[in-house]
Amino acid sequence: MNNAEQIKETIARIFPDVETVICYQQGFDGLHATPYFISIPEQVNKLIWNPLCAQNLTSYLPSIKKKVGIVVKGCDSRTIIQYLQEGLIDRAKVVIIGVPCTGVISVKKVLREIGHQPVVDVVFDDNGNIVVKTQKGEKRLAIADVCPDKCTTCQYPTPLVYDHLIGEPIASNKPKEDVYKDIREFDAKTLEEKRAYWEKEFERCIRCYACRNACPMCICQDSCIAETREPHWISQRLSLQEKFMFHMIHAAHLAGRCVECGECERVCPMDIPVAKLKKKINAEMKELFNYETGVNPDDKPPMYTFNVDEAKIKEHKL
Amino acid sequence: MSGVAGKELRIVGFLCNWCSYGGADTAGVARFKQPTDLRIIRVPCSGRVDPLFVVKALLTGADGVLVSGCHPRDCHYTDGNFYARRRLEMLKRLLPFIGIDEKRFHYTWVSASEGQKWQQVVTDFTNQVHKLGPMHAKKESEG
Repeated sequence: MNNAEQIKETIARIFPDVETVICYQQGFDGLHATPYFISIPEQVNKLIWNPLCAQNLTSYLPSIKKKVGIVVKGCDSRTIIQYLQEGLIDRAKVVIIGVPCTGVISVKKVLREIGHQPVVDVVFDDNGNIVVKTQKGEKRLAIADVCPDKCTTCQYPTPLVYDHLIGEPIASNKPKEDVYKDIREFDAKTLEEKRAYWEKEFERCIRCYACRNACPMCICQDSCIAETREPHWISQRLSLQEKFMFHMIHAAHLAGRCVECGECERVCPMDIPVAKLKKKINAEMKELFNYETGVNPDDKPPMYTFNVDEAKIKEHKL
Repeated sequence: MSGVAGKELRIVGFLCNWCSYGGADTAGVARFKQPTDLRIIRVPCSGRVDPLFVVKALLTGADGVLVSGCHPRDCHYTDGNFYARRRLEMLKRLLPFIGIDEKRFHYTWVSASEGQKWQQVVTDFTNQVHKLGPMHAKKESEG
């Protein structure tokens, strides 16, 4: 996935047309990539492109008013399409540089493998491995083993919307029916098991709201009802009930909107599987309305519309 | 005058002002006997019912939640109940995933003239919730 040079070239080309380009640069160590805002073409040298570029940069788009260029992977492109469906961005003001992606790396998983040692250097070899050097030696890990869960069922490695494509498009080699396999498996458990599972997971939540802040579809930001006093949906009290409620708010507000970019899980400091709830709702949206988020800009999110006669919703009998 | 033996449970009902609230009124005026577990909250339209109302009620002590609005195509505001139907169906399917029995939540349509139907809905739903028992039974016994 060494497309860095080609991305730099493209950025240099689009420059007079856009005011800023959002891409990635190296973070505080070799294992971390961080968002990079380029405003003059000369800055492009610091740009990086490797499997560590996992963040979904499109989250910035709705709040930027000027014309921007942006580097997106397949999964990120779905966010852009969802924004277009909801009218949150102006397509004419975004120049999309699409990069087909073979899978990113979960920094959390790597850190777990290396025992949270400080990282000295990181190298990628040609066989799809990442080599992480620490003071205690080096560790060679297959990228496929340390990828975020979303990559294991990725259906759209090539961006679905772009102005400039870097390299050749890649087709997904993951079976489509596996996308919601984990959800079906979890759903097969008993109610008590599921309740206990979520209580155990949400108990750890420290309500830092990182999942909400990183979520590209959480566009209310400062007016989020998790923090307003009027209406006062949840209090500051430290209880499971409040935590549970917060996660239900997040899930309900993303019903039929979540693009499964996995940012909520990536940023969670407590490793709570927060994306699971949203994925469940997406699975239901697929079944009820045959709707998939962020795939077709002309679709309408299912909760924003209705049919007078719903084919799949049957009246419930008592 | 509870139709169900044993301890009364807490059931919250969100009724739309134009149909179901009227239907409940009709049932009352006609002196139809109904279980008394239901606490009614009047809302302008079933479209006003945020699925989170239901979640909040269930998480904070309700044993069951009933939402009732105008029949599809009969909404006072033309299309409020169409939106409600999608949202509530989504919630109905999400509840078992978080370990809450979906039988504790029911949504239905009752018009202002259907006093008899209202009596039936309340009685059947109350019976259904009573079969499941209190939602927070364990915690109450823990003290």
